[in-house]
Amino acid sequence: MSTQTQLSRRGALAVAAGAVSGSLLWPGSGSAQAQKPAELKVGITTFLSGPASVFGVPARHTAEMLFEEINRAGGIGGVPVRALFVDEAPGTDHLVGEFRRLVQNEGVHVMFASISSGSCLACTPLSDELRKTTILWDCGTQRIFEEGRHPYAFRTQGYATPEVLAPLLYLLKTRPDFRTLAVINQDYAWGRDSWEIWKTAMDALKPGVRVVAELFPRLGAPDYSTEVTRLLAARPDVIYSTHWGGDLVTLVRQAAERRLFDRSTFVLPVAEASLQILGRTMPAGHIIGTRGDHWNNHPRPRDPARLSRFVESYRRRQNEYPIYPCHHMYQAISAMQAAYEKAIAAKGGGWPNDQELAAAFRGLEFATPTSTITLREDGQGLEDQIVGVSSFTDRFPFAVPKDMIIFPAAMVSTPVGQKSVDWLKTLKPDLLAQVPAPIAG
Amino acid sequence: MAGWLEQNALLLGLALLDGLAYAALVFMVAVGLNMVFGVLRIINIAHGSLFAIGGYAAASLGLFLAARGLPDWTGYVALVLAAALVGGILGPVIERGVLRRIYGHEQVLQLLVTFALFMILEDAQKLIWGVQPVSNDAPLRLLGTVDVPFGEDVIPFTAYQLFVLPGVALATLVGLAWFLRRTLTGRVIVAVTTDREAATAMGIDARRVFLLTFTFGAGLAALGGALASPTTTLVPGLGAATIVLSFAVVATAGLGQIEGAAISALLIGIGRSAAVYLAPEFEVVVPYLIMVAVLLVRPQGLFGVVETRRV
Repeated sequence: MSTQTQLSRRGALAVAAGAVSGSLLWPGSGSAQAQKPAELKVGITTFLSGPASVFGVPARHTAEMLFEEINRAGGIGGVPVRALFVDEAPGTDHLVGEFRRLVQNEGVHVMFASISSGSCLACTPLSDELRKTTILWDCGTQRIFEEGRHPYAFRTQGYATPEVLAPLLYLLKTRPDFRTLAVINQDYAWGRDSWEIWKTAMDALKPGVRVVAELFPRLGAPDYSTEVTRLLAARPDVIYSTHWGGDLVTLVRQAAERRLFDRSTFVLPVAEASLQILGRTMPAGHIIGTRGDHWNNHPRPRDPARLSRFVESYRRRQNEYPIYPCHHMYQAISAMQAAYEKAIAAKGGGWPNDQELAAAFRGLEFATPTSTITLREDGQGLEDQIVGVSSFTDRFPFAVPKDMIIFPAAMVSTPVGQKSVDWLKTLKPDLLAQVPAPIAG
Repeated sequence: MAGWLEQNALLLGLALLDGLAYAALVFMVAVGLNMVFGVLRIINIAHGSLFAIGGYAAASLGLFLAARGLPDWTGYVALVLAAALVGGILGPVIERGVLRRIYGHEQVLQLLVTFALFMILEDAQKLIWGVQPVSNDAPLRLLGTVDVPFGEDVIPFTAYQLFVLPGVALATLVGLAWFLRRTLTGRVIVAVTTDREAATAMGIDARRVFLLTFTFGAGLAALGGALASPTTTLVPGLGAATIVLSFAVVATAGLGQIEGAAISALLIGIGRSAAVYLAPEFEVVVPYLIMVAVLLVRPQGLFGVVETRRV
């Protein structure tokens, strides 16, 4: 009881002092001379349940593995790292509450958010309000940095516009004669947005393509028989689909069984994460993407030994190859390490506060196993995109791309200050002349 | 209208074929849910989990048998065996361990308990099978495809989709109708469904009937999942998606109506398929539009009976 009284008196004094200095208004942001913490807490929001856990759980495994490695090597700036995970699946209201709890109650130093674009759209304003450095580690919506300024938010990978534009450019470069196209995308934000990006860019770069079917089955649909029948009947030259996870596996299996792949060329920008599950069921000769450049058979990785070390460590632990969310998590963690190193160096060895850490992220260049990513002034990362054609080799028991084109990030990303759809409308067919040639084999 | 029909007759024919297969799968889940409600008067949210677990078990068993070098046709045995195992083990455990404690309680409590059960089974599923998609399409591939004429073109359909799914659903419907009307056990179930108090007064052991019905309903859900497993991909969340659609079928049919479930499943299956061809924007909502339209006209469902509430 007496302790409580004592604490409340001290607490009152602290509140008064804090209110005067303003430090309590923004938790964790106040001290200009931040103390080196006993541990560096990282709040990570990811899907731990529901259909998108096919991405979220492997990403969690990656974070746990890499944090163990970092801690074995002495931590970041000598501070051990600890992850606190939150499930995105219950929805944005729950997530927003959990984000606040992690920042205000748990005192996390950095937030990683999220897989779903809806989650990122909900969390990013919180990074502004709480002044907490937030790494958007996987979500793809172009709206984040095109519709607002977020000084504490940084995306450490590409986003929807380059991830859709690169496969379109690949199609136009390698199979320019198509006249008809059908789309089958999941009926939610990503499915609709990715179609808008594709359609806008396609109309600018190759006007006159006839869209013979626009299908938007619900997210998590267990059966696409009817859609496959309709696509078989419509006989489009190209079928574009940004399906992912189990939905993509179901679509490919049902379409392959009924020979739809023999009639149309598929363009699957998010195929990589499902290729292991599909194994030999994935037909060869169709255009596949990976939301970045991190293919297991990357033709010229920046650091082959580092890529191989990561892939083999993950395989040893999980008995499967890492998929793109694992690489995105790796990129986010690499960025965090690089930013802390930069901020600590800038402070002459002192531990950075939130503002100093955020400042270190702006314009940061960090190395990944496959390339170097630069964070632009708006917080968006510039990540190259690699697109290729599905093929089989002796090295992998599943499809990997061949005839890959590495699209430089700046070529396929919306310039700072512009909105994607407006920018895409200005594209000219001459752009195709700038597309690099496929890397043979 | 005649011109439109002539123009779209081929497409509608394709929609009918697709709708039948879809309806067959939906029926297999909905009929079990409907039976369980008819007898136990409990809306079992965990029914979708039994569908998912039936699917996972069938795929795993099929892959296991294939890995042992057994002939491909044993994949069909795996479908039935897995459903029987899931229904036979999980049915009694859930009925005896959980449901028996909440008979006669408020529906809200029953919903909460079965929802909790659903969450537990979802997590158990993730613990056993992980979160990556699981599939075994050997039974689908074994039967190959059938080319259906479409004008000067042909449309390949899988024989599994065209014959096996509707065939099993029809056999289930006929078998169930025969069982309920022509066998003593079936008539006992019907008696408990119609008037539990009178049936109990006549000496029927209602508890045994509850156990039998729930086990059978669980088996049907698992069989639905097992039959779906060669065509679909099993992922976390499959159970939730299934249960929502099954409720739409059951509500359209009228709670406790088995033949009604078949008709509703057909309506919803064909309606959804037709939407994919004619108005794809409405594909997702068509099952629920049909449900709402039916409930506006007949609040008790197509085949439901108005009940007198005892005061």
